[in-house]
Amino acid sequence: MSVTVLAEHRQGTIRDVTYEMLAAGRRLAHEMDGELEAVILGDDCEAMASELTRHAPRVVCGCHPALRYFSYETYQHVLLKLIKERKPAVFMLADSALGADLGPSLAVKLDAGIVSDVVDFHWTDNELVVSRGMYGGKLNADLSVKHSPAIVMVRQSFFRPEPIKIKGELVHYEVNADLETGLQTRHLGIEELSISGIDITKADILVGVGRGVKEEKNLEPVQEFADSIGAVLVGSRPVVDAGWLPKERQVGSSGKTVKPKLYIALGISGAFQHIAGMKGADTIIAVNKDPNAPIFAVADYGIVDDLHKVVPVLRKRLQEMKS
Amino acid sequence: MKVAVCVKRIPDTAESEIKVDDTGKDIIKDKLAFIINEPDNYALEEALILREKSGGTVVLVSIGSKETEEVLRIGLAKGADEAVRIDNAGLAGSDAIVLAGVLAAYFRKEQFDLVFTGCIAQDTQDSQVGPALAQFLGWPHAMYAIRFENKDNEVVVRRELEGGSLEVKKLNRPCVVSFQTGGNAPRYASILGIRQARTKPLERLDIASLGLEQDEVGDTGSKTRLIKLYVPEVSSAAEILQGTVDEKVSKIATIIKEKGLL
Ligand SMILES: Cc1cc2nc3c(=O)[nH]c(=O)nc-3n(C[C@H](O)[C@H](O)[C@H](O)COP(=O)(O)OP(=O)(O)OC[C@H]3O[C@@H](n4cnc5c(N)ncnc54)[C@H](O)[C@@H]3O)c2cc1C
Repeated sequence: MSVTVLAEHRQGTIRDVTYEMLAAGRRLAHEMDGELEAVILGDDCEAMASELTRHAPRVVCGCHPALRYFSYETYQHVLLKLIKERKPAVFMLADSALGADLGPSLAVKLDAGIVSDVVDFHWTDNELVVSRGMYGGKLNADLSVKHSPAIVMVRQSFFRPEPIKIKGELVHYEVNADLETGLQTRHLGIEELSISGIDITKADILVGVGRGVKEEKNLEPVQEFADSIGAVLVGSRPVVDAGWLPKERQVGSSGKTVKPKLYIALGISGAFQHIAGMKGADTIIAVNKDPNAPIFAVADYGIVDDLHKVVPVLRKRLQEMKS
Repeated sequence: MKVAVCVKRIPDTAESEIKVDDTGKDIIKDKLAFIINEPDNYALEEALILREKSGGTVVLVSIGSKETEEVLRIGLAKGADEAVRIDNAGLAGSDAIVLAGVLAAYFRKEQFDLVFTGCIAQDTQDSQVGPALAQFLGWPHAMYAIRFENKDNEVVVRRELEGGSLEVKKLNRPCVVSFQTGGNAPRYASILGIRQARTKPLERLDIASLGLEQDEVGDTGSKTRLIKLYVPEVSSAAEILQGTVDEKVSKIATIIKEKGLL
């Protein structure tokens, strides 16, 4: 009985979520009295595989020129065979741009159970029981998953990676399939997000604004407040989607990860994709009219009220204190 | 070009308290407003833009109860040509993969060039239906699309990765494209559109008419089974400041000053 974790990497670097999954996977394997295994695929991933042996007792490394860029098609081809041969009870991958592109189609091919946004798992009575988020983080659900294997898509930036360093075994996996013909998709390139204005990852104080601001014109007093305390104005995804702030000002998993000294969240509910980008702030203050907003679970201080009432008073009070 | 857009009607829970009902397996929905799943709105807009450029028809497809037709009518008012509702009778307990299978049964019967979906259902937080549907049909797919270009026999999609960079991908057609929010500006329905929507065709199907057996769907067809819903425990919650706006703000200002946060 084993747990297999699919390592994620980009541009020659292992992504953090891989270490998070290995830490969580280790606990699960222990509960199952089973083994933990990492799988890494790529064109030249020896170095990364050997780095992973410090975190997993066994690392299976499959190299092939066609695996240079991630494609769910080539990955699926290799993994179907690998999973059939190695028969893990649980196959773990990230709920990410890679995982969500690959996981569901893999589940269909394997006729396996699959769960998104997983934040906890246990092995009970020979069955996998997972906890997952729902309704923007306001509820969790527990589900049982049939294993053949059970495919688990793990929430990113959630589990804590463990610093343990072991010396695992490196297994070379022969990828001898034809991965070049019959493909229905082709990778054409990556376009990086360019920054033309302020680099928000360098700012000490950030004022984050969310959909709670309701209208573009309401952004003005918030901008003035930010200016008055020397903060940079950033936003949640919906504010950027609406075009009220440029993409480079977006905080979260599909935007920037920031670690300012102070983050003031105004009208942001605290979806995990947003939290992933700002939970590293030293101090977090949240203003939200909903007392149940998940943002209050990560904030240090909270004000349950209308941000439009709070912002002008707060600006005035802080200005008085300065003079 | 015949384009289908899969949409879902979901409760709007961003600003309301959610309560679990007595079964422990569903939420109390009486007081909640219902909306179209946000990413689906972007998928619909993309389909309407495509039709404006290259002609064709846009068909909305949704699995749901009678009330789902409200969302379908809004989509028709925005400009979709036809709508199909697959009734959810017999589908209770179906997981996302089973629902993708139900949609696949419909798409096997009809001829489409493209199927658009949202990248995630914001209620269940599942991001599975698009890629699973594609796999059932043997079509290629792309998740988290924010730009879409239609070419002669293929499409080019820009899909969003972590950190906001984009992967450019070419897909053969037919294919399934699952849209992330933000790539376009979804339109509102016009008064004229709302009037026209009333007479646009809305077809009703059920699992039997799609040739599905009861044991392929619902609880028995699903490989995942819901045990319970609950409010997650928080390990460390914020210190919530009390009082009037003035008092709360004074308290926070004092904290900011004392801790030297500015
Ligand atoms: C793949 C993927 C990637 C994503 N990446 C990101 C990302 O990088 N960053 C990101 O932010 N999101 C991201 N999201 C979206 C995320 O899931 C949420 O939808 C989003 O964070 C919600 O933004 P919000 O909190 O501003 O809006 P909502 O969730 O709508 O919350 C608005 C909040 O404002 C409050 N409010 C309303 N009016 C007032 C008022 N007058 N005063 C005070 N409070 C008020 C409400 O109570 C509510 O809590 C991603 C989603 C997906 C699927």
